[in-house]
Amino acid sequence: MATIDLGHAATHQRPDDPSLPPYKRYRAAAHYRDRDHEFDAVKMGVWLFLATEILLFSGFFVGYAVMRMLHPEAFRAGSHHLDWQWGLTNTVVLLVSSYTVACAVRNAQLGQQKLLKTNILITMACGFVFLAIKFIFEYSKKYREGLLPGWFYSYPAAGDPYEPMWWGIYWGATGIHALHVTVGIGLFMWLFSGALRQKYGPEHYTAVEGVGLYWHIVDIVWIFLFPMLYLIH
Amino acid sequence: MATITGSTGHDLPHHGGGGHGHDHDVSYLHPKGGFFAIVWDWMTTVDHKKIGVMYLVAVLFMFFLGGVAALAVRLELFTPTVIDTSTNQVISGQWLNIGESWADGNNTYNRIFTLHGVIMVFLFIVPSIPASLGNFLLPLMIGAKDVAFPRLNLASWYVYLFGTIFGIVSIIQGGVDTGWTFYTPYSTMTDAEHWRVVWMITAAFILGFSSIFTGLNFVVTVHKLRAPGMGWFDMPLFVWGIYATAIIQVLATPVIGITLLLLLFERLFHIGIFDPRLGGDPVLFQHFFWFYSHPVVYVMILPGFAIISEIVTTHARKNIFGYRAVAFSSIAIAGIAFIVWGHHMFASQGEVASAIFSALTFLVAIPTAVKVFNWTATLYKGSIAFTAPMLYALGFLFTFSIGGLTGLFLGCLATDLHLHDTYFIVAHFHYVMMGGTVIAMIGGLHHWWPKMFGKMYNEFWAKVGFFLVFVGFNLTFFPQFILGTQGMPRRYASYLEQYTFLHQLSTVGSWVLALGLFTHLFVFVQSLVAGRKAPPNPWGSLTLEWTHAASPPIEHNFHHEPIVTHGPYPYDDVLPAQTRPGEFILPDPLPAGKKAH
Repeated sequence: MATIDLGHAATHQRPDDPSLPPYKRYRAAAHYRDRDHEFDAVKMGVWLFLATEILLFSGFFVGYAVMRMLHPEAFRAGSHHLDWQWGLTNTVVLLVSSYTVACAVRNAQLGQQKLLKTNILITMACGFVFLAIKFIFEYSKKYREGLLPGWFYSYPAAGDPYEPMWWGIYWGATGIHALHVTVGIGLFMWLFSGALRQKYGPEHYTAVEGVGLYWHIVDIVWIFLFPMLYLIH
Repeated sequence: MATITGSTGHDLPHHGGGGHGHDHDVSYLHPKGGFFAIVWDWMTTVDHKKIGVMYLVAVLFMFFLGGVAALAVRLELFTPTVIDTSTNQVISGQWLNIGESWADGNNTYNRIFTLHGVIMVFLFIVPSIPASLGNFLLPLMIGAKDVAFPRLNLASWYVYLFGTIFGIVSIIQGGVDTGWTFYTPYSTMTDAEHWRVVWMITAAFILGFSSIFTGLNFVVTVHKLRAPGMGWFDMPLFVWGIYATAIIQVLATPVIGITLLLLLFERLFHIGIFDPRLGGDPVLFQHFFWFYSHPVVYVMILPGFAIISEIVTTHARKNIFGYRAVAFSSIAIAGIAFIVWGHHMFASQGEVASAIFSALTFLVAIPTAVKVFNWTATLYKGSIAFTAPMLYALGFLFTFSIGGLTGLFLGCLATDLHLHDTYFIVAHFHYVMMGGTVIAMIGGLHHWWPKMFGKMYNEFWAKVGFFLVFVGFNLTFFPQFILGTQGMPRRYASYLEQYTFLHQLSTVGSWVLALGLFTHLFVFVQSLVAGRKAPPNPWGSLTLEWTHAASPPIEHNFHHEPIVTHGPYPYDDVLPAQTRPGEFILPDPLPAGKKAH
């Protein structure tokens, strides 16, 4: 029974056989009854963390809404400088990565070690592509043109006197989002190193699930940022 | 029926087994090796009890620092400043002047009261009860071995320390004069050539994460780690209070995170959203700020409520009156907390919004009053022991009720516009924060002191301390209500001659209060050095931390995972002889099949 259970048995019933892969030998922390108990608690913790992330970004959304109401022309003028095609491309990149990370969770649940590693790598690659597009085709161009936040704004032909504020919100919101993407890439590196050592499988895939949820929130935030910044004119 | 002790069989073999008598039976305070080994052990511990004690030391130190700043503020206000109007030179009455001119003295005053506010709010009172007593007691009270995420718990303490470092850097560079609220556009313009405002905002930003970590940990712990048999309504009310607090911490703190981040952008890049010169709206900052900072006043007071429920039941030997009402009122307060932030802005927002926020504000009074009435009803016909914790609970009922009721004056639009930014506000929130939270915390510290450190404290000197604190507190802050109604504005370094007497009463009160607090410090130190050894259950309480854990608890809290068969306060069903103070494991106190609350 011990070798085929799906993690429902209490931890101490499981043999500590070194020939088993690490995910089968995983033991929950001492203050949990078993692995399921730990998994549930961690998952709840991750969901709460995601709630804090949404509240964090809510500041940008509310700030955007209020300031847009005060200065619609400035926001329209600023938004015209953004290239929706790059924004759309990045949206597709993140949507694909959300699919692959969902696959990775499924692979871990089914013990498909090779597919798990592949999907983690694809997701991570998508993160890099997102950042590359953001930095090479968007940020650096805006930086050269002087489309910068607040006092650093030096674009010669401002469409509206309050346009620097729009760039403050643009750089702030997308910058914090890019930071989240970067953290996500780091987490996928960590997952990949774990997957190489067969740490995730049907009996234990808490980390894959948690990082996957985090990555979805990064994706969802972008799905709101994209129309808000690029599409509304 | 089942005895209260028992094992569920889930214990790992090397963690269960009471009676083996090896090192798992020793107290969590038992030193592990030499000095450096002990320091290393504490600095790397993931034990919620040690982290609770570390937080306790940290917040009490901050309380001391903030208290010194408060004494300095009161000293400055002992006499009005007299200046020569032709030369603007100070003639007398400026106590804090470390610079040259009158303006320098006023500047010093502004920095010191800001220091007092920032330290007391961000470094002391927000983490105070949840991170110290909450950390220590929450797992014990629900029969768990630890909080859900012990390493996150330790991280929370280090993040707190890290944030504090930024605050200290700011203070060393001269401190800030923005007030703890960092209102724009002043906070984005003042001291433009210095970085100290930036460091202080960064400190508050970082401290928010330590609060989130603690809150997140507690929510999951309460949901997932309750001992077998402990339903939601079998939890001690302390746990309900801390749970409601934790929900606010998780859901409100991220908002201050983004607010302070935007404030940093505003200060460093002048993006303009809070700056009217650049087209922004300073009132938007106030909305953002109070969307966090109003809920956070319930982060400060709910743990105080949580403590009072435990003290009145234990020290009056009575079941709580209306368990569910008290439990749900905590949740109701946490919910209402999020919809009343606008009452901080009656003078700066539109009339319709003010009217709505005023109406919503009155809602808070309902669950709060439910609590106060229920505690009072609990005392009725109780067997009240006038121990130091009970004295503090009674003192709390008195001072907090004043604080709460004066809040209604301020929630009323017409009265508020008269009292806005006067000493009435200062008195009101000190009656809630100090007369509520701090009084409850000191009471709670005495109540759980024997459990935390395994030593009894000196009851006589603790009572003397209570007397001094209670008299000193009221003497300090009651005159401020009168000052406020007479029109004394807050945040001024000086005042008109006519306010001198009341200000001097208040300053003398602050000295009595300080003396009382030092008395408690003495009581605690004396207890640690020479206190009588505490029995496991000196108060004859019926919650798990007293009935099932040693004083001080063993490293893994319990020998066996407890099985809970009754609610937290079945004093009505237990014969007094069965709960003689000092007994460790109780015999089954309830008739078979009866589940009391």
